[in-house]
Amino acid sequence: MANAIEVSGISKQFVLRHTRSIKETVVWLAKGRRGDLSKKFHALKDVSLDVKAGETVALLGFNGSGKSTLLKHISGVMLPDSGTVRTRGRVAGLIEVGAGFHHDLSGRDNVYLNGAILGMTEQEVNDRFDAIVEFAEIGEFIDTEVRFYSSGMYLRLAFSVAVHTDPEVFLIDEILAVGDEPFQRKCIDKIQELAERGKTLVVVSHDLDLVSRICARGVLLQHGNVLFDGPISEAVSRLRS
Amino acid sequence: MSSNTQELVQPGLGRGLADVARSRFLLKLLVRKELKVRYRGSVLGLLWSYVKPGVQFIVFYIALGVFLGLEKSPRNPDGLSNYAVYLFSGIVLINFFTEALGNAARSIVHNGNLIKKIYLPRELFPIASVWVSAVHFFPQIVVLVIACVFTGWQPGPFELLAAIAGFTIVALLATGLGLLFGAANVYYRDSENIVDMLLMIATWASPVLYAWTMVQRQLGDVAFAVYQANPITVGVELFHYAFWFPTTNGSSPMPPDLFSLWLPVGLVISVLVLVLGQITFRRLEGRFAQEL
Repeated sequence: MANAIEVSGISKQFVLRHTRSIKETVVWLAKGRRGDLSKKFHALKDVSLDVKAGETVALLGFNGSGKSTLLKHISGVMLPDSGTVRTRGRVAGLIEVGAGFHHDLSGRDNVYLNGAILGMTEQEVNDRFDAIVEFAEIGEFIDTEVRFYSSGMYLRLAFSVAVHTDPEVFLIDEILAVGDEPFQRKCIDKIQELAERGKTLVVVSHDLDLVSRICARGVLLQHGNVLFDGPISEAVSRLRS
Repeated sequence: MSSNTQELVQPGLGRGLADVARSRFLLKLLVRKELKVRYRGSVLGLLWSYVKPGVQFIVFYIALGVFLGLEKSPRNPDGLSNYAVYLFSGIVLINFFTEALGNAARSIVHNGNLIKKIYLPRELFPIASVWVSAVHFFPQIVVLVIACVFTGWQPGPFELLAAIAGFTIVALLATGLGLLFGAANVYYRDSENIVDMLLMIATWASPVLYAWTMVQRQLGDVAFAVYQANPITVGVELFHYAFWFPTTNGSSPMPPDLFSLWLPVGLVISVLVLVLGQITFRRLEGRFAQEL
């Protein structure tokens, strides 16, 4: 199988800016650049990762290990300081469920808007609209503004739109922990079905039992470095120890 | 399988405004969202885009036209004839510019939550802001045209072309500055205040409320040329030519070389600002996600 994601030697430095106004910058320049205007830290250090099409990969690590940052690089939201990221086919990022949702719009408007944000064409949204609503179990509430939705309904609709974009590569960040039990199972079934159809999955989650069920490969990150890359069971046991 | 036929590409590297043209569906939905959300829960709804400029027009007309004597009347023969039409044709254009730039400059920070999480051509947001302003501008133009017809306006094709040219110049300028300040606003929130200041100046730095002849009398030739090179000035004068001039008896002078010189100058400056805005935007957008 060909590679769906090729991450080669990327590094990312974050600048923790202490100031956000022109005034303070000017004062700092006038003082001969004394003092620390900004502090830097490495979020990712020379990370390489190849993912074959159809692989299911979990990114593991403690908070601040760089998992989400890596995911954002794969989705294109962030660009690396050095190194390259390349992906094949449509990439759908569920970096946060409902990021493109607007509270004052109806469920229907949000399906269209979010579908378009995730890269669907008008035709595709039209064709899949019924399937999206059915999967989300929203029913008659589809024309209600989403701010009246329960958090579960909101989540179901957002997740439903995302899985129906039919991406080649699916990036999921910490979203499976939410929703009630039956829907969670439905989501996991859907994700497994996507995996069986040869879609590539990259999942970030702290729910180790869950990712062990979904993913075959685990990548353990610590302070922006890849600590381990191999079978999921070993990655999980390393993280736990 | 489809995934084998596609090439590996680097995500996150857009092609700027070309990508916007490819995402017309998304642009349409963003504009529709803006329009729906803007007047949500207000009784008058879209009528507010008539009421606000209407009130503004009345205030300016009474203060400037009547009290300060810009309107031509039997007691004031030096004034502008049909000052109401003169004033309104400039105000609608400057309102479009103010709204477009003001919203475009805030659009990136405003949509920060989305930009941080999902990749999409970020130029869409400033463009959508300008587009929304154009939608609000349209009903005002209708009101203007009705007022013009009542004062004896008979437009020729040349007048219509002048109006389109004037609108195009201002729209390009608003888009260019919107990209520039929208991107800068991510790094320095001061940018919003700079824009507010510019917009305040813009209303007075073009002959919206007064006549261009007053400016020429006060400024020398060089300074007047600088004044004329302002694309908004050109746009406003083109609007005067299109809507106000045909309603007068033709004795009021139009600025010299408006079509042969200033129209192309205004257009070129607007396009240059757009190019500059796009270049700056592309340079800064790589770090939007981490700065927002």
